[in-house]
Amino acid sequence: MALKEIDEISGTETTGHEWDGIKELNTPLPRWWLYTFYATIVWAVGYCIAYPAVPLVGEATRGVLGWSSRADLDKTLDAAQAAQAGMIERIAATDVSDIIADAEMERFARSAGASLFKVNCSQCHGSGAAGSIGYPNLNDDEWLWGGAPEAIYTTISHGVRFADDENARFSEMPAFGAGLLEREQIFEVAGYVASLSGMESVYPVTEEGAQLFADNCASCHGTGGTGMQDVGAPPLNNAIALYAENADAIVAQVTAPRHGVMPAWQAKLGDVAVKELAVYVHGLGGGQ
Amino acid sequence: MLDEKHKPTEQGFETFDVEAVNKAGRRQPLYAARKKVFPKRAEGNFRRFKWIVMAITLTIYYVTPWLKWDRGPYAPDQFVLINLEARRFYFAFIEIWPQEFYYVAGMLVMAGIGLFLITSTVGRAWCGYACPQTVWVDLFLVVERAVEGDRNQRIKLDKAPWSADKLVRRVLKHGTWLLIAVSTGGAWIFYFADAHELLDQLIHFEAPMVAYGTIAVLTFTTYTFGGLMREQVCTYMCPWPRIQAAMLDEYSLTVTYNEWRGDPRSKHAKKMAAEGKPVGDCVDCNACVAVCPMGIDIRDGQQLECITCALCIDACDNVMDKIGKERGLISYATLNDYNENMALATGSDLAASHIVPANVRDRATGKLSDRVRHTNWRSIFRLRTLVYFLVWGGIGLGMLTVLALRSSLDINVLHDRNPLYVQLGSGDVRNGYDVKILNMANEPRRIELSLSGLPTGTMSLASDTGERPDGVTLDVEPDKVMPVRVYVTADPAALDGSNVEFNFVARNIGGPEQVASKVKFHSPER
Repeated sequence: MALKEIDEISGTETTGHEWDGIKELNTPLPRWWLYTFYATIVWAVGYCIAYPAVPLVGEATRGVLGWSSRADLDKTLDAAQAAQAGMIERIAATDVSDIIADAEMERFARSAGASLFKVNCSQCHGSGAAGSIGYPNLNDDEWLWGGAPEAIYTTISHGVRFADDENARFSEMPAFGAGLLEREQIFEVAGYVASLSGMESVYPVTEEGAQLFADNCASCHGTGGTGMQDVGAPPLNNAIALYAENADAIVAQVTAPRHGVMPAWQAKLGDVAVKELAVYVHGLGGGQ
Repeated sequence: MLDEKHKPTEQGFETFDVEAVNKAGRRQPLYAARKKVFPKRAEGNFRRFKWIVMAITLTIYYVTPWLKWDRGPYAPDQFVLINLEARRFYFAFIEIWPQEFYYVAGMLVMAGIGLFLITSTVGRAWCGYACPQTVWVDLFLVVERAVEGDRNQRIKLDKAPWSADKLVRRVLKHGTWLLIAVSTGGAWIFYFADAHELLDQLIHFEAPMVAYGTIAVLTFTTYTFGGLMREQVCTYMCPWPRIQAAMLDEYSLTVTYNEWRGDPRSKHAKKMAAEGKPVGDCVDCNACVAVCPMGIDIRDGQQLECITCALCIDACDNVMDKIGKERGLISYATLNDYNENMALATGSDLAASHIVPANVRDRATGKLSDRVRHTNWRSIFRLRTLVYFLVWGGIGLGMLTVLALRSSLDINVLHDRNPLYVQLGSGDVRNGYDVKILNMANEPRRIELSLSGLPTGTMSLASDTGERPDGVTLDVEPDKVMPVRVYVTADPAALDGSNVEFNFVARNIGGPEQVASKVKFHSPER
């Protein structure tokens, strides 16, 4: 072995390694520290044998314990489902309004409905259920087809104007621009409808407009525009508008109406999920 | 048991055949095996002080969970309780909720600055006297000495071949250590649950697994660190020895070998003196090394291994007493004093010069000269320690003030982000809020929640219909958070803009407390 060299300043032996005149001092590490390091290597080898570790072409080595994160997740999900089974059975056997009356069931159904809503409904109604033009806001106090728990349940179950479900909510407003009313008459109706909700309008409010409304519109929208939930006709005398946020939009809607379509969810999601959604939607603040 | 070498010499003191584990200039391999340290029992003022500190700290540790403190019928009656499950921390009259964790952060900051304060005044007093590692190693050494005898017997037993006697002693020692380790881990868990109930569960093997797991882990660490690793923990695992150098300055008191009166060292002082050679007070008996729990030689100077337990001072003072010299060859001293005295001893300012022991002694009496500087306790009062103390005290005072003035009622309000507002048919606008009422008192309270500063604003609860223009009254359980979902409705025409501020006010009915939370009310842009 080479002659040991002692650093003059510190009095410490050097390792003999030198870089541009800088020498490394040998300050010994405790041996137990080295053994701890060896122990971690042994642990790593054992871990690689026991658990999935070495990546191969198609998949990684499986490990002798057979553990996998997917199986672990399945187990967790099974456990969660088993834990919820009792509550789900109770919901299946209970009417929506009775679910809402039971605090425990209501809490469970509402949180389940919240996540179902995010996945299935938020694409049209928005993640906060605030809707947009043509898509109703579910937070407010206006309901096209009824805001009672059972009415919401029916709407979600069968959808609106959904061709594949014969029980779907259905109604259609005539296109008054296609020969039913003259262009000037539509302007007069628009002027009257705008006045119902106090909307600013370039169209004058006339006797003729009121008369035209009574003759053509009131059968569905009600006298004075109070709306009619049986036929999904929205009230026109309040601050909420589905399509017609200004007078021109009223003209457009009367001339060639647009109609929203909502799919039926009963067949797709099942009865329990629809009940949970109904509880959630009813609890958004406008439920009746 | 003493062999020839350890018998008291004719000079009247005892010498020890012992060498420091980190002796300067020793050749060592890249990885050094631990050198066994067999600390001898010390006697003296510092040893007595350490016994007292040990008794106090161990008593605090073991007794605290069993102390009671009456908090009324709605809260636990344990003096100190860290309830992780309910997220409550109880200390005497103080109860801390998770959002008040800054008190704990503040205490940690105080502990840090306190450590700086102590270190800059009296060196590593924490390491030497109060650190759990030191206290438990001391405790384990008591056991070791009781079972295997003092230093010489232990060395002899360690070297001896295995025999029935050695086996019995070793089993007895490690068994007692494990017993202490188990009771250390056992005491720890009582801080986290009702102590009496948990003890009952522990005995009947009905306690939660985490309790047994915690005891197992702490038993392992206590036994390993206190019994097997000892000084290795301080030297290699603890960061503090590395940091302390930045805390010490030339005014800090540290355990110091007073080279200016000790050197040149000689075991044969009388012979040397007779020959006319200079000889210092150090008789090179190695008593200071023999008692050192870290196994070091303080005469090599300040070093990171030194925990300043001052046992070498006791050991050396006893030797000085025996040979009729003044105490304090090893003493608490500042670097300043040491340098002054070195200058006096060497007759110049160069510390590296030759020490002349006669320089520090009065020629007439042979006593230490009046020019020698001694430890002055006033050295601890200086700008640096004053600043540390003011910062430390300032934080403490600030926390106490906040603690004394804090309200036991609080309200957190979260405004709905989506949707920000809901247009209602009537033309009014509704905003939704998640309101949390925190009743931090240990009694049920009736809280009135109302609006303030929102024209035409009324509130309603999501859980029922019906407007409540004057607010709602809620019964909040003791020590609980009550979440309520609140709708606030207002006429946007009456509001000053589409984004106005107002307050939710929570008032304790029948009490003085009232808190408010400022939130926003949104309505459509107009």
